Parts: sequence; C-alpha cells; structure tokens
Amino acid sequence: MKSKVMLKAEEVHSLEISEVTKSFNHTRVVDGISFDVEPGEIFGLIGPNGAGKTTTIRMIMDIIRPDAGRIKVFGESLSERTKDSIGYLPEERGLYKKLSVLQSLLYIASLKGVGSQQAQSRASELLERVGMLAHKNKKNEELSRGMSQIVQFLTAIIHEPRLIILDEPFANLDPINTELIKEIIFEQRGQEKSIILSTHRMNEIEELCDRVFMINKGRGVLYGELSEIKSRYRRNSVFLEYEGELGELKGIASRRDHRGSTELILDKTTTPRAVLEELMRRGLKINRYEVSTPPLNDIFLQVVGEASE
Amino acid sequence: MKPVNKTYLIFRHEFLNTVKRTGFIILTLALPVLGFLGIGVYQLVTSIIEPPVAEEVTIGYVDDSGEFDRYTRQGYITLLRFDTPDEATQALVKGDIEEYIIVPSDYSSTGVISRYTLEKQVETPPSIYSAIKKFITYNLLAEKVPLDIVNLVESPLALVTTRLTETGAVAPEQGGYGNVIIPGIFSFLLAFSIIFSSNYMLSGLVEEKEDRLIEVLLSSVSARQLLTGKILALGAAGLIQVAIWLASLPLLLSLVSSTLGGFFSTIQLPGNFIVLGIVYFVLGYLLFVVIAAGVGAISTNTREGSQLITIFTLPIFIPLWFSSLLFIFPDSPIWVFLAIFPITAPVEVMLRLGVTDVPTWQLAASIFTMVVSIVGVLLITIRVFRTYLLMYGKRPGLGKVLSMALKG
Repeated sequence: MKSKVMLKAEEVHSLEISEVTKSFNHTRVVDGISFDVEPGEIFGLIGPNGAGKTTTIRMIMDIIRPDAGRIKVFGESLSERTKDSIGYLPEERGLYKKLSVLQSLLYIASLKGVGSQQAQSRASELLERVGMLAHKNKKNEELSRGMSQIVQFLTAIIHEPRLIILDEPFANLDPINTELIKEIIFEQRGQEKSIILSTHRMNEIEELCDRVFMINKGRGVLYGELSEIKSRYRRNSVFLEYEGELGELKGIASRRDHRGSTELILDKTTTPRAVLEELMRRGLKINRYEVSTPPLNDIFLQVVGEASE
Repeated sequence: MKPVNKTYLIFRHEFLNTVKRTGFIILTLALPVLGFLGIGVYQLVTSIIEPPVAEEVTIGYVDDSGEFDRYTRQGYITLLRFDTPDEATQALVKGDIEEYIIVPSDYSSTGVISRYTLEKQVETPPSIYSAIKKFITYNLLAEKVPLDIVNLVESPLALVTTRLTETGAVAPEQGGYGNVIIPGIFSFLLAFSIIFSSNYMLSGLVEEKEDRLIEVLLSSVSARQLLTGKILALGAAGLIQVAIWLASLPLLLSLVSSTLGGFFSTIQLPGNFIVLGIVYFVLGYLLFVVIAAGVGAISTNTREGSQLITIFTLPIFIPLWFSSLLFIFPDSPIWVFLAIFPITAPVEVMLRLGVTDVPTWQLAASIFTMVVSIVGVLLITIRVFRTYLLMYGKRPGLGKVLSMALKG
C-alpha cells in the first residue's frame, strides 16, 4: 500500500493544465492551452506581450476562473490548500509601504498558513541568505528598488512552496542581485521544487529553463524540452574559425562571413560531419567548428512572426 | 500544517492598521477632548469674567395721546418725556437720548407707535422692545385691572405639556427637546463614523491597488476572505470609535448640565433607541463599506475614489440638513421616504425616533430595503471586485460595471 502511494506521488505533476480557455468581453485571451510542469524543473512560460501569460498564471493562482478546461496542482483541483503550496511573484508587485521588511514577510507567511515561530525563523534564514538581516526592521518605503524586489521575491518562497511562479523576477535587478536570485532558484530546483519562470528575456530562459511553453494570441505554439526545440529549429549550418585557405567545398549552399568566423550553410547532400572530415583532409587549421543552433530569441521571433502572417 | 482562518488574519491586520492610524486616533479622541475642552474654557471664562453691568439707556417719547406718564422706569431703561418731536430729535442728535418714540393721539384705535433712532438695525433690540411694550401696557391697564393680572398678561405663557398613553396614563416617554438630544447626537456621530469607515475601506483598497499588493494578497486568500476580513475589521474599529464617543457622552452631559443648568436633566432616551441604534449602525455601516469596496475596486487612484464615494456619502447628511423642518413638520411624507431610502435611512430613523413615534411598518420597510440593498450591492461588489481589482490604470464605465455584474 505504502509503495503504491509513493508511486502515485511520483507520477503526480506539479501542475497540470488541460484545454484551459478564458475569454474577456467576447475576446478569447487563453484558447485551449495544455501543459504540465514536473517536480524539480524550471519551466519557462514565454510569449509576447498580451499573449495570455498573466491570465494563465492568474488562473493557476485561482484569482480568476477559467471558462473551460481543468487546472490541477499536485493532482488536486484548485482550493485554498493548493494556494498555500504555491509561491507567486507577480509582475505587478509591491509591499505595504508602512510595514517593516520583517512584518511584511511574516504577514504574507501567515496568509500562506505558516505558524508564527516557523515564519520568524524562516524569515531570518532568508534575510541572512540575501544579506538583508540588518535591514529587517526598515520600513519598506525606505528600501531601494532592488532591495524591495528581493523582499518581494522572499515573500514568494517564505512558506517553502512546492510550486513557485516567478513573473519577470529579474526586472530592475543589478547583475549581482540577478545572480543571487538565480542561485536561489537553482537551490529550489535542487530541492525538487517546480519553478515556472515567465520572462521576456530569452537569454534567461536559455540559461535557466529545462522546458518551455510558448503562448501566442492565447494559443500554445511551442512546448517541450529546450534542447529539443532548438534542434527542431536548427538552420543546418556550421560555424567555422580557421587559418589558411578554405577553397571550394562540396555540399555548401552559401557562406556568410561574421566577425572572426564564417558560417557555412549546408545543402541537403551533405552533413556537418562530412564537411568537417573534408576540412581535416585538406589539412586546414581549425580553431572552432560548431554545429549552429539558433538562439531562443530567433525561434521566438520566427514563431511569433509566422503566427502574425 | 494547522489550518488558519485567513479571514481572521486579514481582519487582525486591517484592524490593527486602522486603529493605529493617526487620523483614526485623532478623530476618536477629538470629540471627547474637544467637548471637555469646550466646557473647561466656558467654565474658565465665566469664572474670570464678571457679568456685564447693563448700561443705563434713556429713550425719549412724545405722547400725543396724553395717556402715558407713569411707569417710565423699566429695568435699566428710562423713558423721558418730550413735548414735541423737534425737541426729541434735538436731544437724540445731541446724544442725550438713545432713541425716541411718538405715541400718536389715535394710538388706541391704530395701535401704531413710531420709533426714531440713529442706529442701523435689522429689527428693534428685544430689551428695548420689551421695555416699550411694558411701558405702554402698564400705562393702559394699571388703573383698570389689578396689577397682578397685568403682570400675568406681560409674562410669557407657561405651557406644561403632558403626554398620555392610549389608556390615559402618563406616557413614560414625554417628548420635547430633551428627547431629541441623544438621537440627534447619535445620528450625527453615526453619519461621521459611516463616512470615515467607508473612506478607510476605500483608501485601504486603493492603496493596495496603487502599491500593487492586491495580486499578492489574492494569490494567498480569496476575494471573499479579503472583503470579509476588511469589512469586519473596519466595522470593529468603527464600533470602538462610536463606543468611545458614546461612553464619553454621559460624563460630558453631566458636566454641561452642572455648567449650563437644568435643561440637560430633562434628557430622555426613546424606548427602543438602543436596539434600533445598534441595528441601524450595523446596517448603515455594512451598506456604505460594501459600496466603498466596490468603488475602491473600480477606482484607479485615491482622488478618483474619493470623488466617486462622495456621490454616495453626501446624501447621508440630508436628514441632518433638514432636521429643523423635521421638528416643525414631523409627519411629512418626505421623512417617511428618507427613512425608507437606504442611503438616508440610518440617520433619518435615528433623528425621527427622538422627534416622533416611527410606525412599525416604516421601521420594517426601512430595515427591509437596507438589507436588500446590502445584499444587492454585496453581490455586485464581489463580482466587480475579482475583475476590476487587478485592472490598473483604467476605470470601467458605470454601464460596463452594471452589465458585468448582471451577467456575472
């Protein structure tokens, strides 16, 4: 019996969204989207402005209700209990100006069902971790924008949620604080927690996320592992840095010279491996040979562009 | 994890935040403090300033009828006879007299007396009027009727009214101004408390909206828990405020009574006042705070919210503006309408309880319309709350709010 329960727990998704739809004033803002988020992964929720990301997140948080479809958090339908197991850093966020840093953390923790003593020790631990323990009695209105944002981030994780939703967590942060928050995000993933990251910065998604779901005009347009998606959108070209004379090569449709490197676009008759072997045979000194994968940003632009055509 | 009542957490947070506000503390203490201060200043002033000694005033008179030559001394006013109007005018111009009157020869048939003065006045000062009237009356009647009858005629009518019940017994509630004092003060305090509570609700919500806290809160608690916690917290704070005001009233009134005399000993409380006072406080408070929550949800900033809420809170004072008319015409249908119309009902009913008997059907109709309004506004507010609380920077029109509230 025990092993059955454990097995079931392992199978449960942290978040399961099935065919969810939401309209405002007869406009379909979210249109039948489905995706899952697993324990111990950082999941990117991406899309252009107005694509339906915030509406989706608000439906996960039970702030607004879907018109159709099903949302489950750790296998349960949305309820007060599921709210307590989620940590949420909204894009539009703030703190009570007149409260102190500690009071803010304790109040939000209490609303998430954390007992007073536990909240106290957790708050001290987190403030220590981000180097803000000395500021715990400062009023929020006295904090710098960056510090205030760190406190907001801490309110999202003070109750040790198993699912963390972060909407633009790095906006307005300096590089040092950005690295600090990234470190904490990785720590949370290491503890088998699920993190949903919504941001416009594709380099952050590439750096942090294991899988992504892209939404455009309310519809899911990309979903899967980041490496698989990048491979799907590969341009069939290689980057080459070399010394000597390249000459003519079979199977090369065209070539582009970039600063310090050359991109060879292959036709369908050859492969990157065959081209490398030919270059080696010619005795060319090769400093870099890289099969090109398009940056996520290019994929994003391509997918959004295709959708609007 | 031990389950926590989130409504209670919101309640505790909002209650403590409200009662710690400087504005709340000042307002709560202002009434008793200002009352004690006023009485203290009055007592201080009356103890150090001696009552003014009335100056001697001389009024000239020209008597063409030949009937007025006695009783020329009326208190500090002396009436000095002149033979002709010219002599009186000269004396007036020289400053020997303050003014003069001419009693014409046909006074007994016309009853008209002419008065001449250098002062610009709206009407004859009461002391002068009274002195002239007594001078005329005593001269006309003194030799024709006994002097005590003349005194009786001159004195104001002392009318002692006793209210009887339908069985003919003396009614426990006698009416009069003594009966209006507590309801009057209570309705005034009620209006203020309701306005301040709705403003606290409004500013709290708009601040949370402006500070972008609403989404954080709604990700932890439901809109219903947030609204209920806030309503109960502000209600408790408002109740404490009114309780402090009412608790200070007996002390203030006894001080005033000892200072200003016996009138305040006639103060009576209408029979069902305490029960109805609590009922109307709770209903009035709920109605306006729920309206304020709806207004807060659709307002984009504090200024806009304050302007919108004024449309609803200003009519609370209508019964107080017209209270003098209520005393004169207590049974006008206008008061019945104001007692049943939910926005004016709390204050109007409290006032009318002091002035007259409010029929049971009117109380029932009034409570019914208030309860229906509260439920209606609450349903609209809950729908509006979830949708518009998260919309920053754009306020929906009234038509849109209503159509959304009706469609759900």
